[in-house]
Amino acid sequence: MSMAIYLLTFGLLIVGIYAVVAKKNVVKIIVGVLIIDYAVNLLLVLVGYRTGGQAPIQAADETAAQMATVAVDPLPQAMVLTSIVIGLALTALMVAMAIRLHEKYGTFDMDRIRQLRG
Amino acid sequence: MNALVPLFVAVPLGAAFVIVALAHAGGLKRLTGPLAVAAVVYNLVAAVIFLGVGDLSVFVGGWGGPGKTLGIEMVCDGLAKLLLVTINLVALVSIVYARGYMRRFTRVWLFEALFLLMTGAMNGVVLAGDLFNLFVFLEIAAIASYALVGFGCEAEELEAAFKYLVLGAVGSAFILLGVTVLYSLTGHLNMAKVAQLLPAAAGPATMLAAASLLGGLALKAAMVPFHAWLPDAHPSAPAPISAMLSGVLIKASGVYALARIVFNVLGPSHPYATILMVLGTLSMVVGVLLAIGQWDFKRLLAYHSISQMGYVVLALGAGAGVVAAGGERAIAALCIFGGLFHLFNHAAFKSLLFLSSGSIEQQAGTRLLKEMGGLSRRMPATSFCCRIGALSIAGVPPFNGFFSKLVIIVALMLSGHPVLAVVAVGVALMTLLSFVKVQRYALEGAPGARSAEATEAPASMVVAMASLAVVCLVAGLAMVLLRDHLFTPAGDALLRGFEGAKDLVTGAMP
Amino acid sequence: MPPEEGMTPIVRNTTRLVSGFIVVFGTYIALTGHLGPGGGFAGGVILAAAGALVVLSFGRRVSSSLITEPTCHVADAAGAAGFLALAMLGYMVGGFFVNFLPVGRLHRLDSAGIIPLANLAILVKVGAGLVGAFLALSAFRPGRRSVLDDGTADGRDGRREI
Repeated sequence: MSMAIYLLTFGLLIVGIYAVVAKKNVVKIIVGVLIIDYAVNLLLVLVGYRTGGQAPIQAADETAAQMATVAVDPLPQAMVLTSIVIGLALTALMVAMAIRLHEKYGTFDMDRIRQLRG
Repeated sequence: MNALVPLFVAVPLGAAFVIVALAHAGGLKRLTGPLAVAAVVYNLVAAVIFLGVGDLSVFVGGWGGPGKTLGIEMVCDGLAKLLLVTINLVALVSIVYARGYMRRFTRVWLFEALFLLMTGAMNGVVLAGDLFNLFVFLEIAAIASYALVGFGCEAEELEAAFKYLVLGAVGSAFILLGVTVLYSLTGHLNMAKVAQLLPAAAGPATMLAAASLLGGLALKAAMVPFHAWLPDAHPSAPAPISAMLSGVLIKASGVYALARIVFNVLGPSHPYATILMVLGTLSMVVGVLLAIGQWDFKRLLAYHSISQMGYVVLALGAGAGVVAAGGERAIAALCIFGGLFHLFNHAAFKSLLFLSSGSIEQQAGTRLLKEMGGLSRRMPATSFCCRIGALSIAGVPPFNGFFSKLVIIVALMLSGHPVLAVVAVGVALMTLLSFVKVQRYALEGAPGARSAEATEAPASMVVAMASLAVVCLVAGLAMVLLRDHLFTPAGDALLRGFEGAKDLVTGAMP
Repeated sequence: MPPEEGMTPIVRNTTRLVSGFIVVFGTYIALTGHLGPGGGFAGGVILAAAGALVVLSFGRRVSSSLITEPTCHVADAAGAAGFLALAMLGYMVGGFFVNFLPVGRLHRLDSAGIIPLANLAILVKVGAGLVGAFLALSAFRPGRRSVLDDGTADGRDGRREI
């Protein structure tokens, strides 16, 4: 079971890369970048997983040492939270740029947004 | 002194937030510019003062743990100090230049806030002692730079910013992938601890981590297979941002991170050294070949950035190769000295060239070389600074470019790569050719259609360019002095490798 | 209905009843971040959802007396400056971002030192930032002119499908 999940995460990464490379609509490229970002976040959460583990929240009748033996790793979760926020900022910027691009070029087609050459 | 290290990041960030608040406060709006300049001046003065202190490290938050090592570490060793001085010097010059250049834009407070965010984040990148902290500050600097490239909101600028954004986002995702795999192998994020635990956990996963990290960072450093964003992004940005991007962003977030990870985390072994040398050589050659045929001044400068970064990465790779082969430490130190000296010099003269191209663009209204001409008579100060920058990058003595290229070529010969040394000499000659063309068309000759009515640039822009010109002249003549105080500690920080890991992490290791 | 007017009376009345609860819920998630999942960022996103709901149901003309872009900028900067001030106050006890409030007993709301205050600052910043981004993006009007003057911009040549 465990290997299949990691391979699926890499498959998601490849789907995102395909969308960025092969698609011509600006919005689809944005979705592709998001998929890449979320695939790496998913891999990061999976790295901290422990089979049969619990959430890393200390219950009222546990000590910290007891929690550490059954809980999943909390550090990747903190990293993923930061990474999601970074992805959010990137998304907002990308969408704002796509809107401005449409105002200037009148189209969302990357093949026609090609003023810069050389 | 240890506790003051985070202020390098906190002061620019705090100033950025205060600027956003002040800009909506009516009469206080005039204070935003001086506040931005004051924040960067503090950073530069602090960076110079810290040069005299030894190696510093602080665990932010002071959360204790075994040996007081739990938490995010900020490390200020020799390499970090060199880059701090470089980043803050170029940032100061750019923000002073921007006082004159940005007058034709609205919302200048937004520019200053984003600029300070980018500067604070770049300071954070070079001070990071922790892999994930490096990634977070890299992202902050990158996102601020995406917004700044498209600041003018014209059609071409938006297109360039969008392409830069998409490619940069993919590169950053690969960097995070590499950090993830390293964490899953070693269980730590602190660079020193990962370096100690990585050899024991070696396997195919290490190759995946190294490949993703090196690929993502090579994209940030604009090495040749991954350079496609740079020729569009750097010319389209406003001139002070082009100077910052080409002058420090590709160095702090690209080359510095590459050097830090290859030398201090992964360990300089043969595969990594070969990869660095291949990337460096390709960038050197392809960059200058593509630059020769350019007629847009800023696009030409952007391609030359790729080529000069190739010099730096090639020298660092040669140093790594010497260490991996067990050669003499003095030769490896010479290679690294050449690479780091060229990094500092390139920051100085490339920023100078971009700033002067911005001045020409503002006063003469054009970026195309064929439409300029005779500017040495119409704009004497700008063209004098531009000439100094062109002579520096072409490698003409007594300016700084000559000395750093000489050290790189000698180091390549000594470390056993005579063919690469000859290639480096050839690339230097082609760079000289390209800048002779620039001087002939832009500064000499009959005035073109647009440059006949050009006047001199405003005082703040001229002061900024003149300061960088002075740095270009002095850095070459004072090479020995700089080497002893600035570059040898930086090279030692890289060469320490695994020994440095034990010094910086106080307390017992499991 | 044009976007400046707002939506039907049913939507407006439901928003009047519900938006206050959403704000309270977001603040609760932010303040108990040290006891359970959530924290500043999640609370800020919920707060921004309340703000977006108000702007959408009442329309720009009515909601612009309360929620405008300059307000969001100032609140954003205040939240971020508050977080940085909290970190700088740590210098009183020895370093950057060092805890200076009592840590208290486990599982109480007033435990964990400066973390609840930091969560509050992040709540303000993220909420204001997202509402500001929403206001800026909702000013989109599709482009009719184009720098590519070949007459084939979207809208005039509806057959293109990409």
